[in-house]
Parts: sequence; C-alpha cells; structure tokens
Amino acid sequence: MTDTALFTYCMRLADDSAILSQRLGEWCGHASHLEEDIALTNIALDLIGHARELYTYAGQIEGKGRDEDALCFHRVEREFNNLLLVEQPNDDFAYAIMRQFLFSAFMHPFWEAMMNSKDEQLAGLAAKAEKEATYHLRHSAEWVIRLGDGTEESHNRINNALEFLWMYTGEMFECDEVVSSLVAKEVAIDPMSIKHLWDETVNTVLVRANLERPTESWMQTGGRKGEHSEHLGHILSPMQYLQRSFPQAQW
Amino acid sequence: MAVAAKILRSELDQKAWDAVCDVPDPEVPVLTIEDLGVLRDVHVRADGSVEVTITPTYTGCPAMSMFAFDIEAALLSAGFERVDVKTVLTPAWTTDWLTEKAREKLRVYGIAPPNGKASRRALFGEEQVRCPKCNSANTSRISEFGSTACKALYRCNDCSEPFDYFKCI
Repeated sequence: MTDTALFTYCMRLADDSAILSQRLGEWCGHASHLEEDIALTNIALDLIGHARELYTYAGQIEGKGRDEDALCFHRVEREFNNLLLVEQPNDDFAYAIMRQFLFSAFMHPFWEAMMNSKDEQLAGLAAKAEKEATYHLRHSAEWVIRLGDGTEESHNRINNALEFLWMYTGEMFECDEVVSSLVAKEVAIDPMSIKHLWDETVNTVLVRANLERPTESWMQTGGRKGEHSEHLGHILSPMQYLQRSFPQAQW
Repeated sequence: MAVAAKILRSELDQKAWDAVCDVPDPEVPVLTIEDLGVLRDVHVRADGSVEVTITPTYTGCPAMSMFAFDIEAALLSAGFERVDVKTVLTPAWTTDWLTEKAREKLRVYGIAPPNGKASRRALFGEEQVRCPKCNSANTSRISEFGSTACKALYRCNDCSEPFDYFKCI
C-alpha cells in the first residue's frame, strides 16, 4: 500500500507542477511587458524542474520502467491528478497572478514542512523548491497588491479573478487515504497543518490589496480523482503532441 | 573554502577533478563549476571510469545538461574513457557556497554578486544591491527574475547602468 500511496502522492505533486508550468508557459511572448514575460517563464521553469524530479522519482517507485517523459506525455486526461486550480485558464493577467498567488501561498509552507519528511528524496527536493517558491510567492503577492490597490479597472479584474478562483482553493486542503497513510509515516504533509499559514499570507496580502476575502462556501473538487474541468484536455493536447506523434523522441 | 566539496581520495581523483573543475557556466562564463559549488565530487572507480557528482543551482536549471556534456568532453580529452555524471539535490545548493574570489569575478564581469547570507524572506521588502559599475547603493529593482533562473534585474539610479544581480538563495 505504501509504495502505491507514495507513487500517487508524487504523481499528484508532479502533475500540479507540470500543468501550472504549461499554463505559465503560455505567457511566453504574450505578457504585459518583457520583464513580466521573463518572470512568468522563470517560474514555469522552476516548476518544470520540480515536475521532472517528481515524475522521475515516481517512475522509480513504480518500477515499471516509465520515465519522466512517459509519465508526463503518455497519460490521458483522466489519469492526471492535478488540482483544478492550476488548470484554470489565463483569461487575463489578473487570473494568472491570482492563481499563482493562491497556489504559492500554499506551496511555500508546504515545501518548508516537507524538508522534514522522512522520505529523503522528497525532503531533498523540498529544500530546493522552498527557496524557489519564496520568489514565486513574493512576485505574485506584489502583483496582487499592485493590481488590487491600483486603478478601478485593475482592482475589478483582480477581484473577479479572486472570486472566480476561490472555489478551487478547498482542494489544496483535502486529505484522503493516500495522504493520511503517508502523514502517519511522516512522509507527507497534512495540508490542514499549514492551513493557518496559508490563511495568514492570504489575509495579509488581500488587506494590503484592498480586496475582500470571499466568504467560505462550496468548494470544487475532483482533480485528485482525475475528474477535471474541460480545460485540461486543451492543455494536454499541445503539451503532449510531440511525444504522441514521435514516441520516445529525445531532445 | 566555503564550498563543501568532499575530500578527494587519490591522485587519480585529483587528476580527474583538475580536468573538470574549470568547466565554465554556459550562462555566466566567468564562473567555473568549482567556483559555483555545482561540482560536488569526482571519483575514479577501479575500472577506470569516472563518476562526477554535480548539483543544480535551481531545480529547473537548463544548464545542467550542458554541464554534463562539457564535463564528459573534458574528461575524455584528459584521457579518461568512461564518464558518468550524476545529479544530486542534497545538500541544496546555496549562494553561500560562492567564494570571495567568485564574487569578485562576478562583479568585474558586471553582475552584482549575491548579498551576504541566504535568508528566508517570503513576503515584502527589497534587498539593497550595489551597482557593479559605480558601486552606488542607490539602485532599484526592475524584476526579481532575469535572463537566467539565478539572476534578477536591477538599475543603478546614479550611473543609469542596468545590471544583473546574482540572487541570494
């Protein structure tokens, strides 16, 4: 059971990073200005790094000879277990920024806690990822404040993004059997144990941004079980095209 | 030396180390993999093959495959016949491993070296960075992300020079 659980856990984290990085990569050449173009793709690059480590490790745990490419490019939509949050579209810049902020506000304390995991691979990756997540959080938080505390137009846009994306934040704190069995072994992080840190970051930044925290209501769920929004297929299509057309193609 | 490279085991290991330690960073060619602390260990096995251990600066650093390629080429031309380049993540790379000499090389090259020790600052606040050209502390940050994962963009408010800052992590 443990190995299956650890495989699933790593695949979830890998899918979160891979899908969000693909979303961020869509900004390449399209961001508001050159520096932001570079920033978003830099964050995407860090996330690709995390995904590669996690897919490779998951492949080793599984022991069936699947490498990072096989796991990332040769699975269908229903086999992806990423959070619904990370697959949400780049409707406008404010959505991309708010999505990043809500995610990074979780991932920063997540990786910090993971540094104490009994799993050496995860703890090792966490020590690197935590430093990178620090930058992702700061960058997105600064933008949330700039947009929220900016013009009426920018305020409305970031507020719309917040209100739309809020229902996807509950999933980050779900704890099913996969997670709880690994938490018991001190391998995984109980997401509820870092909820207060996420709340603190979100509240602090929203206040500075003159944004009101949405009231708690029904939360979307399904990503961890492979039940996705319509968007995921459209992400996988260009992402997997090359490996689907030329399986085993090497860079 | 701050670089916590392992104590080398033999003369042959040393010969192999000397062959690879000057491999330059493809993005910051004034720095070698030894200066950066990316080169962790070099060991010549009993069968004559060389095992080289490197660690990435950033997890997604695209220079890693270039490092591996250059390391292999350097060892082959030094007469070794088989090379395995292994990547490890632990201990996590930090700019604290950059030597004073490396920091000075960066500054002369026009890149502001990392400021002091790596800190854990998640929200708000800005680092004070000195201009590598005129040494003024009156600089402002343009972006925390630059031309490579390890750099940020700054501008000097006194001499107007735009410059890269090697981020402190």
